[in-house]
Amino acid sequence: MTPEFLIAAALVLPLIIAAGIAALGKFPNLREGVTIVGSFALLAVVVQLTMMVSAGQRPELFIGEAVPGLAFAFRLEPLGALFAVVASGLWIVNSFYSIGYMRGNRERNQTRFYICFALAICGAMGVAMSGNLFTLFVFYEVLTLSTYPLVAHKGDAAAQRGARIYLLTLLGTSIGFFLTAVMWTWALAGQNLDFVDGGLLAGAAISPVVASALLLLFVFGLGKAALMPFHFWLPNAMVAPTPVSALLHAVAVVKAGVFAVMKISVYIFGVDLMNATPSADFLIIVACVTIVLASLIAMTKDNLKARLAYSTIAQLAYVTLGALLATEAGLMGGSLQIAAHAAGKITLFMCAGAIYVATGLTNVSDMKGLGRKMPIVFIAFFVASLSIIGIPPLAGAWPKYELMQGAVDGSLDWVLAVLVISSLLNIAYLLPIPILALMPLPGTKPPKEFKRPGGAPALTVAAPAFTAALCVLLFFMITPISNFLAPAFEAPGTLIEADLP
Amino acid sequence: MWDFILERAGYWAIIGLMMIGLFIAFSSENLIKRLVGLSLFMTTICLFYVTLSKVTGGTAPILLKEDMPYGGAGYTAAAPDAQLVAAGGERFAELVHTYSNPLPHVLMLTAIVVGVATLSVGLALIVRIREAYGSIEADELRAIDIETAIAQEAEAEKDQHEAAA
Amino acid sequence: MILESLLVSAPDWAIDHAPVLIPVVPLIMAAMLALSPSGRLSWILSMVATAASFYFALLTLGTVQSTPGGIIEYWIGNWDVIGIEFRVDALNAMILLLVTGMGFLASIFAWTTIAAEVQKQKISLFLSAFLLCFAGLCGVTATGDAFNLFVFLEISSLSTYALVAMGASRDRRALTSAFDYLIMGTLGASFYIIGVGFLYAATGTLNMNELATQLPALSGNRSVQVGFAFIIVGLGLKAAMWPLHQWLPNAYAYSPSFVTMFLAATATKVALYAMIRWLFTIFNPDFAFEQAIFTFILAPLGIAAMVICSFQAVFQTDVRRMLAYSSVAQVGYIILGISIATTAGVAAGLLHLFNHALMKGALFMAIAGICINYKGTTIRDFAGLGRSAPFTMAAFAIAGLSLIGVPLTAGFISKLQLGYALFDHGWWWAVLLVVFSSFLAVLYVGRILQSIFFMPPANPRKTRKEAPLMLLVPLWILALANIYFGIDANFPAGLARDGAIAALGLEAFP
Repeated sequence: MTPEFLIAAALVLPLIIAAGIAALGKFPNLREGVTIVGSFALLAVVVQLTMMVSAGQRPELFIGEAVPGLAFAFRLEPLGALFAVVASGLWIVNSFYSIGYMRGNRERNQTRFYICFALAICGAMGVAMSGNLFTLFVFYEVLTLSTYPLVAHKGDAAAQRGARIYLLTLLGTSIGFFLTAVMWTWALAGQNLDFVDGGLLAGAAISPVVASALLLLFVFGLGKAALMPFHFWLPNAMVAPTPVSALLHAVAVVKAGVFAVMKISVYIFGVDLMNATPSADFLIIVACVTIVLASLIAMTKDNLKARLAYSTIAQLAYVTLGALLATEAGLMGGSLQIAAHAAGKITLFMCAGAIYVATGLTNVSDMKGLGRKMPIVFIAFFVASLSIIGIPPLAGAWPKYELMQGAVDGSLDWVLAVLVISSLLNIAYLLPIPILALMPLPGTKPPKEFKRPGGAPALTVAAPAFTAALCVLLFFMITPISNFLAPAFEAPGTLIEADLP
Repeated sequence: MWDFILERAGYWAIIGLMMIGLFIAFSSENLIKRLVGLSLFMTTICLFYVTLSKVTGGTAPILLKEDMPYGGAGYTAAAPDAQLVAAGGERFAELVHTYSNPLPHVLMLTAIVVGVATLSVGLALIVRIREAYGSIEADELRAIDIETAIAQEAEAEKDQHEAAA
Repeated sequence: MILESLLVSAPDWAIDHAPVLIPVVPLIMAAMLALSPSGRLSWILSMVATAASFYFALLTLGTVQSTPGGIIEYWIGNWDVIGIEFRVDALNAMILLLVTGMGFLASIFAWTTIAAEVQKQKISLFLSAFLLCFAGLCGVTATGDAFNLFVFLEISSLSTYALVAMGASRDRRALTSAFDYLIMGTLGASFYIIGVGFLYAATGTLNMNELATQLPALSGNRSVQVGFAFIIVGLGLKAAMWPLHQWLPNAYAYSPSFVTMFLAATATKVALYAMIRWLFTIFNPDFAFEQAIFTFILAPLGIAAMVICSFQAVFQTDVRRMLAYSSVAQVGYIILGISIATTAGVAAGLLHLFNHALMKGALFMAIAGICINYKGTTIRDFAGLGRSAPFTMAAFAIAGLSLIGVPLTAGFISKLQLGYALFDHGWWWAVLLVVFSSFLAVLYVGRILQSIFFMPPANPRKTRKEAPLMLLVPLWILALANIYFGIDANFPAGLARDGAIAALGLEAFP
């Protein structure tokens, strides 16, 4: 299996899966089978690629040039491999969960749903493995467009409105800012857009003003990273069914955004240029404001999905913060957060979906005491909440620790305070939910009866339980993961010479 | 100053007529008058070209024997074409009798034909407009169009209400 | 490879006379059609004529690419130097290919849509007018003589006025639109001919190549400058350069759908070609007054078109009107690209010209398909058509996404190239405006797409009624071309680059 074949397989497999789903649309079990088998195959391919990357290789694939100078090229390095593993691995879990949820809720248009999922995963793979900004941009847009029907799935007026805001915000930021930044980079880097170890623009003599403007365009242009003030698409996208929210907020879309921020800061700007860019400080402030403000807003929301949405906005800003800190620990923390938050948030969302299918409840205030009837769900919720808060021995502890270390390394001690405040706020808006559900205060009304006889479908309970266990597992796997990522953040000159396509 | 004006009397007339034609084409409300203005404009262009071709002291564009470089019956192929080309407009060839350039006249024959075609298409359109609208005044046409648009909008609203009901 | 095999297999007379046969064959066929009875025969004859022109255009392109120097000089009647010349270089070869190609695709689907919108006994006259328009446009592109350009321009324009007026059977406002278009178009052509007159007075020649060699010596001559101004204004009106675009929205909205499709794909493109020819080949950008024109007139007008007309498009309710304003905005992009006056800028403009013809051709062809079966072209009338006519609307959606500039479509590549060229030139503020008007395009195309795919039909009795196959085939050819040239844009980008090099007078094929 040559690297080129594997990369091509990782891209083409989701498309084949989509075609298979379309063909077998009339036979639900076969159709779901295609998704499951295909997603396992994708994970196998991605794991093989990851093993190549950890051995020091950088698998590459060059498809062709659209016009001279704009190439479709792929190059896998540790960051991308991490994102690809997270995306493809959690797709499997999400697929099982979707089967349970969509059938349990008797949703319509399931074929379209699964097809768009597969296309979105293809987009995520493309983003993860992209070798230059042009390819990244193309697959970033593919991701936006393929998830639009998913957000508008329900088809009613609220869903259409939410989907419209989703599309316009993401397209607006990407066409308005990101595309401009791409064109500018091309002009500055001498008609080159490749991701280079050490930073594409590190060699070009760029004035701090230009670098500042370019960084602002990039960070605000990546609307999927949900940095304020372009965050409002996220809560509006909550009109989608919960498997979509789990996909959007853990696996594909938002992670693509923050991953792109990390990749651009490491491979386009490079650590040295990031540290020399004045607007990075401004953006660190914006990220910190996002963290605190989103957490505060989350506390005021009674709708569970809305609360989780704002929590996501805050947690994503961690990754952006890590990228902007541009110290080794900060970058490591941001990257680890991609994986840790994915595991934690997908659990939370899947629990929310299970609760909705079983009881029809969406508000936190109605869920007191529900834990007696749905113990597994709420225990998983509890574990995932601890991970988000950042308490060992759960996955979220490491990113938080690394980010604090990175803040100290960058002499930004006040960021430490922000991270601590954020943890306290996380406790405030997350912990009461499972605790009050499992151990309600005396005198609370008993919760409603199950809407669906038999409670939540088995798959919708098993999936979050699995990912909650993953949160614990990831804590203990920190050493291999950080060793895997370390080569990406070492100073230039100590890296293997990478061949550009 | 007067010399300046009188030397270019022809051009002043052309400009004046052009602007009159243009003004009529823009400002008239009657469609036929607009066409008349347009036609005036196009005719003035013919005047412009023909004026260009006139050489002071020139005569009709017929080559006389004395003008032929090698005299005698016909001229050989060795005669430089440049003479024919240069014998127009402001350039003077070494011809005994200078003549006015026939090329612009020929060009304007084409332009007249184009003008006639334009005029006929325009008049045919006016006939059809009269049939369809009953008027050929531009302001009345606009008013009728606005009424039609409002009526169409109202009908569409009605259809939508019926469909929703 | 295709071109080489065509060149090898073509008869000698075809290769020698290809440039002139491109307009002449449809011209003769138009005369024949005017006399023939209406019916499918006239449609087949028009297809034959456009196919022949397309074939000759391919031969011309092949010849240009294989000739050292890259220029074909064809003197009509062998009247060297003093006669009328047809002069084809890489720039016109590309435009000829585009115009004949779009004309051929248009004539394929002509029967389906004309049968629905034009009275039976007028069909052969209609097709005759179409061939005249087609011949005129090809002639404008192929000619190397300034006055001959005017003649062909008027041939195409007069037939266009008649074609636009044929929409009166659906909406009588077609008549007033055609009349306004007649007045404005004739004024434009007249301005052009006045400009040519001034140049003739100063140089004594009408041949474009001769003018190009003589004008540099005359750059201070006021006649030359005035002539230049008149020519640019005249051609700008034909190209729908803002603010001379007022004729376009009405003409596109009320004419028969077939006519709108053909005009949108070809008419303004040919006028833009003529502008490029005059600005770069005949007049050199080195002229002092021309530099000022580029920076202070063409660039601002291009930007104004982009921004203002995109705004106007957002607020329209009729789909054809909306796309008409969008066309004016896209012409603004092309003019902005031209005003950069470097090879990269002109190449970007030409690439966008090519892609825009593909996009708008597909969009208006899809609308023609809808008009056959369904009444009305407002956004409300389009509601729910995604279910009723899925194949037609899928192609429409692809072309719409290309118009927005979504990656993997042709529109993205040309917008990207334009952005690069602007950045290279230092006009980063123009990039922001380009990006802003692209965002506006998201809004107006998004409105149409939302209505088509996500709204229930106004009349719930709409059953599935697809456009006829004869329309779907060329429609999908265009839609797939949009995608193909978004992934592998080497062919149009190569043509555009060669065309830009040829326009600027540099050696294209040494």
